[in-house]
Amino acid sequence: MTLLLAAANASRLVHLSTVDLVIIIFYFILVLAIGFYLKGQANTGEDFFMAGREMTAWIAGLSFLSANLGSLELMGWAGASYQYGILAAHWYWIGAIPAMLFLALVMMPFYYISKTHSVPGYLKLRFGEPSRALSSVSFAFMTVLMSGINMYSMALVLKIVLGWDINFSILISSVTVAIYVALGGLRSAIFNEVLQFILIWAGALLIPILGLIEAGGWSGLKARIATNASAEYTHLWSTLGKFNDNPMGIHWTGIVFGLGAIISMGYWTTDFLVVQRVLSAKDLRAAKMAPIIGAGFKMLVPFIVILPGLLGLALLDTKLVGETQAVATGGHSYNEVLPLMLARYCGPGLLGLGITALIAGFMSGMAGNVSAFTTVWTYDIYRALIKKDASDAHYVSMGRWSTVVGVAISIGTAYLVMDFKSIMDYVQALFSFFIAPLFGTVLLGMLWKRASSAGGFWGLLAGTASSVGMWAWVKMDPSALRYVALSPYARDMAENMYRALWSCLICVIVTVAVSLVTKPKPDAELKGLVYGVTEIPSEGYVSTLQRPWFWAAVVGVIFVALNIIFW
Amino acid sequence: MKKGGSISIWFFIGISLLVNGVLICGAGIYQLFYPPQKELVLARLHAGVWWGAFLAIIGAVYCIHFVPNKDRR
Repeated sequence: MTLLLAAANASRLVHLSTVDLVIIIFYFILVLAIGFYLKGQANTGEDFFMAGREMTAWIAGLSFLSANLGSLELMGWAGASYQYGILAAHWYWIGAIPAMLFLALVMMPFYYISKTHSVPGYLKLRFGEPSRALSSVSFAFMTVLMSGINMYSMALVLKIVLGWDINFSILISSVTVAIYVALGGLRSAIFNEVLQFILIWAGALLIPILGLIEAGGWSGLKARIATNASAEYTHLWSTLGKFNDNPMGIHWTGIVFGLGAIISMGYWTTDFLVVQRVLSAKDLRAAKMAPIIGAGFKMLVPFIVILPGLLGLALLDTKLVGETQAVATGGHSYNEVLPLMLARYCGPGLLGLGITALIAGFMSGMAGNVSAFTTVWTYDIYRALIKKDASDAHYVSMGRWSTVVGVAISIGTAYLVMDFKSIMDYVQALFSFFIAPLFGTVLLGMLWKRASSAGGFWGLLAGTASSVGMWAWVKMDPSALRYVALSPYARDMAENMYRALWSCLICVIVTVAVSLVTKPKPDAELKGLVYGVTEIPSEGYVSTLQRPWFWAAVVGVIFVALNIIFW
Repeated sequence: MKKGGSISIWFFIGISLLVNGVLICGAGIYQLFYPPQKELVLARLHAGVWWGAFLAIIGAVYCIHFVPNKDRR
């Protein structure tokens, strides 16, 4: 304890007391205890990789959201809301809710009925081995890289906030995640994600409550922001008519069609990191309810992420700046707004819980990446391409070892990012190259029975290649931004939105064109995979309150109301 | 809700909230008598005391409701 306290004595944002450290250490003990407890229940492949497919809708739904909540969400989007205002909430509302409801009501039946263990596994069933190979190799590669970037980001946060050594933070967090995922598999990752979700709320909820009291409520907050920055920072839609009328430099078409229709649809419906959690549901109704429950809570997340950023803009005496400027001047960067607000209101005990919430967020994201990597590596690469006829026990053993190896590669990536920071931008761009076209491929695969195997593969390849091509074009010639993002004023985020839109359209066009000149699969082979030739099982007689469509409608109405209220 | 064996995930969550709540509430009460040198914004609200108590109560309810092997007794 004394050693830990002594380790945290360098330059730092907050000072931890003994009770804070007890809370943090207790968290690490508890997540490891869950991993050891669940070890005995991860003996078969179905148990280890799919959590036995027996999760309730609540557990699958909270885990579905928590796996996403981890990756830089808390710190990054709080910083983005300080920088861009309430526009950042688009990534939680239009950039998530329609896609989650679409996954629940339209796509989940096909994922679930096909009994696939992964998204690449669905592509194998629908389009054949080449499509699976392309998607699984890309996904596995990107996932471990993203995991490493998250790991480095967490270590950096702990260094800035607590003064902890980067190597110590990387080692302790990665070893903990490796132990509990390798022991209990997906079930352990899911259980810990639910725990982490609750801790994130318990640790972060006090900041907006106290912040609103200090600011004098929402109207007081708006008035302060109008004085400190601009009234535009508290409007969600009304400033999106022109690219240069809002802090983000984005047009409403980019938000609606790029973010809402493509990027979020791609992420929430085809990124195996999140879809894997829903596939673990105990039955089809639970699998449909899980994303709806996730959507309900997703709508509330801006309360603990976006609102603290806005409160920082309204209440902090110091002006936060970009990362580069912060390093040069010794000031605080946008990304530090959440810890700064934590230090403003939270004393001993509460501070420990707040820091635990940050650590829990990063660890749930890391565990999500690692468990998804393990499944795709073992089932879609190792079993499909390297060793086809091994026993179930062999694949479980491979799953445990690939967890350890995945974490080890992530650690390597974390150190790579430390030396070559531009890698972080490249990898995040690479990740986006794949998600948007994949959505086009999976959507056509599920809804259009004429889509052929060749069409699916070439569409996916063309979409990915075109996305990479547009990115490289703008890198080499920045003036190309006017063509890719439709405006020379567009900023990075706007460019991502439009690049996603074009690459998905190219994927769809190529898939349709190639499918029309190649032979489709016979209907008999498409049962359980495609709309029109698949009989969706009846939910039986259940009350309206138990029906997914009812809760999807409730979430949809609240979503529309929120957008109107903050227009 | 008791998936994954005889101990429910909600029991683990109850333990976590109960322990954290007791620690935070205890630290908050200690600060009532020995205030920290650097005063926090809105320190007069004593957030640690009521937030810690709230977490401890929720945690206790979950622990009791999802206690392992309750059905066998």
